[in-house]
Amino acid sequence: MAYTAQEILEGLAEIVAEETGLPTDAVAKEKSFTDDLDIDSLSMMTIVTHAEDKFGVRIPDDEVKNLTTVGDAVTYIEGAQAA
Amino acid sequence: MTVRRTLRQAEPVAHSRILAIGGERGARVVPNDEIVGPIDSSDEWIRQRTGIVTRRRATDDVDALDLAEAAARTALDRAGLTGADIDVVILSTITYFHQTPAGAAILAERLGATPAAAYDVSAACAGYAYGIGQADALVRSGTARHVLVIGAEKMSDVVDPTDRSISFLLGDGAGAAVVGPSDTPGIGPTVWGSDGSKAQSIRQTHSLAELARDPSLGMPTLRQDGPSVFRWASFQMAPVAAKAMAEAGVEPDDVQVFVPHQANVRIIDQLATQLGLPESVVVARDIVDTGNTSAASIPLATERLLAEGRASSGDIALQIGFGAGLVYAAQVVVLP
Repeated sequence: MAYTAQEILEGLAEIVAEETGLPTDAVAKEKSFTDDLDIDSLSMMTIVTHAEDKFGVRIPDDEVKNLTTVGDAVTYIEGAQAA
Repeated sequence: MTVRRTLRQAEPVAHSRILAIGGERGARVVPNDEIVGPIDSSDEWIRQRTGIVTRRRATDDVDALDLAEAAARTALDRAGLTGADIDVVILSTITYFHQTPAGAAILAERLGATPAAAYDVSAACAGYAYGIGQADALVRSGTARHVLVIGAEKMSDVVDPTDRSISFLLGDGAGAAVVGPSDTPGIGPTVWGSDGSKAQSIRQTHSLAELARDPSLGMPTLRQDGPSVFRWASFQMAPVAAKAMAEAGVEPDDVQVFVPHQANVRIIDQLATQLGLPESVVVARDIVDTGNTSAASIPLATERLLAEGRASSGDIALQIGFGAGLVYAAQVVVLP
């Protein structure tokens, strides 16, 4: 069963909150991981690895640098689970 | 008519253990402030990113073999042995700059261990755990009685002060272990492997052959793809360490000490989390003031925990090395 974009956003927000201590409602689609949420490249790797487990998708290292905003990650995960 | 003889093979012994550990750190204490200039960084950034506050670096007149010799002498003394008792010397290093002869043979001679078999291992940050795995096999097979395993690195020789990927992590030091026969099990099965598809993840800038053709290249230095290596080490090494526990027949609750390669505090912490180690487990964080000393980091961290009384002889320790190759090795050991 595929997750909807909204479910992915909510799940991702929980993962980001767990890693950073930010409230989940700070994790909105338009937010930049680095500029708005102050997430460094190591925390980003932790987040995408947990996202892989949660949503059952693969997010290769080379793709991570293309995920600038939370929305980018949601879109990528949505597409990856359909593949 | 000729009599066909059957071969005799070495007589195995039941168990092996680490009899003693010794260590030697580079003499200079190098704080973050001393190295941040050329990488346009800050003490705070390095601490937040890696946990490192200072790293130890050797003086110019000291090389990896000198560090190895000092660590080995301490280990031999603590084991109540001399060089003459050693049958095999395994030196793990990536910073002894001779293709041949092996540093181990020179080290064996310095320690009075001649004619011990002696060879170098190139397994970077996994080198010590590779060596312990080999020593365990050599002792239990009856091939050797006492094996000296040394991880020794002068990483400052492969540092590029302007590199922001790995150089600022690196420190110099050596750790040595004497492995010998035991009445009780002291070294669990080694879970080890490699992944050459990620050979570029931690790499030398160029080969010595390329340097010979173009001297303007200068000495090769190290680079790494930090986030990728972090991800691999934090998440793919946890199952390797878990397998080492399973193969040794222990649960996380049985482990008293966790000594991962001292690559980065954030990798160390993530591994401890992934493994589900109880709060009571002592986690080695020698990296904070020693830096990443590659093959030397596990024995140095272990020796320190023992010296500070945070770990005791007889404790069960989980150790895992991982690094350039990529290569990795883990085993559960009883501390000397």
